[in-house]
Amino acid sequence: MALTEDQIIRYSRHILLKGVGGVGQEKLLGSRVLVVGAGGLGSPVSLYLAASGVGTIGVVDADEVDLSNLQRQIVHDTDDVGRAKVESAAERIAEINSDVRVEKHPYRLNAENALDLVNQYDFIVEGTDNFPTKFLVNDACVFAGKAFSIGGILRFQGSTMTHVGSSACYRCVFRQPPPKDAVPTCSQAGVFGAVAGMLGTVQAAETVKYLLGLGELLTDRVLSFDALTMEWRRVEIKRDPNCPICGENPSITELVEAEQATCAWQPSGAREEAQTVQTGV
Amino acid sequence: MAGKNTVDKSLDLKNEVCPYTFVKSKLALEELDPGQVLEVHLGNSESASNVPRSIDLEGHEVLSVDRPETSHWVVTVRRSQQ
Repeated sequence: MALTEDQIIRYSRHILLKGVGGVGQEKLLGSRVLVVGAGGLGSPVSLYLAASGVGTIGVVDADEVDLSNLQRQIVHDTDDVGRAKVESAAERIAEINSDVRVEKHPYRLNAENALDLVNQYDFIVEGTDNFPTKFLVNDACVFAGKAFSIGGILRFQGSTMTHVGSSACYRCVFRQPPPKDAVPTCSQAGVFGAVAGMLGTVQAAETVKYLLGLGELLTDRVLSFDALTMEWRRVEIKRDPNCPICGENPSITELVEAEQATCAWQPSGAREEAQTVQTGV
Repeated sequence: MAGKNTVDKSLDLKNEVCPYTFVKSKLALEELDPGQVLEVHLGNSESASNVPRSIDLEGHEVLSVDRPETSHWVVTVRRSQQ
């Protein structure tokens, strides 16, 4: 596959980078990434992946665009209110870059479809607003041996981690979704719009770095951000040999979906520093 | 010195400007095998100073920069072993 004259110009600032070049750009154009959730985090993720020329972007989301989403979900426009989020995101991606093919999955990721879906992609980016989906993405990707990024935001904070190969998984840090009644709802908690951009952009960068084999990923680490202090913190985490899914004697051997608890943000028993790998709202 | 090297590919970028002179030189080098030689023809002084420097930073060996005419530079590069 040779880059066209337009592609050479479009991607010139990538091609210039040491470690990317034409070879790397062609690799991106041949890559397949699944974005789980076309919301606050999924918006900047899909926008940057589209602009970067990731050749195939799968978007899975069952929701329609709501007026209250537009404060942070920048892949959608005012005219999109009421439309399926996957349709709205696909249209925007096509406007940004016609090199990108969008695969629309207008349904909820569940225990039945998760494994098949993640198996179709090279990297999975999770940015949903609920814990059951975070655990489902983690579990499906661990089973499928797929690398992924999980992100969460709430109020003025956010955090994200990346899993590749034998690095710590989400369950190594957070055993299970928090109890349903232990978590505030989106409307109670609120979310600072730009935090979605801060964290989603980190997830997009991690995705492209993984696809190109560049630098160090956020593996065995949780990166947290607080917009009020403008501080980033990196907390080391370790793979847990007793992890119920990636440990030595796993107790989870098939995909199960936890009870839905939206906008959860405080996993019980989680480490104080790491507890903000929360919701994608 | 350049005369001793067989040129494997020659690229006319006299009508290109920065950064595309380097972008296209880099793409051409990626197509070559390690050790092969690329000759790049440039038509402006900015490219003539930038391209060899950028190629050097990428780890390739700039064999020579000649200026056969006032507005014509020829950069000869050996592709790195990586």
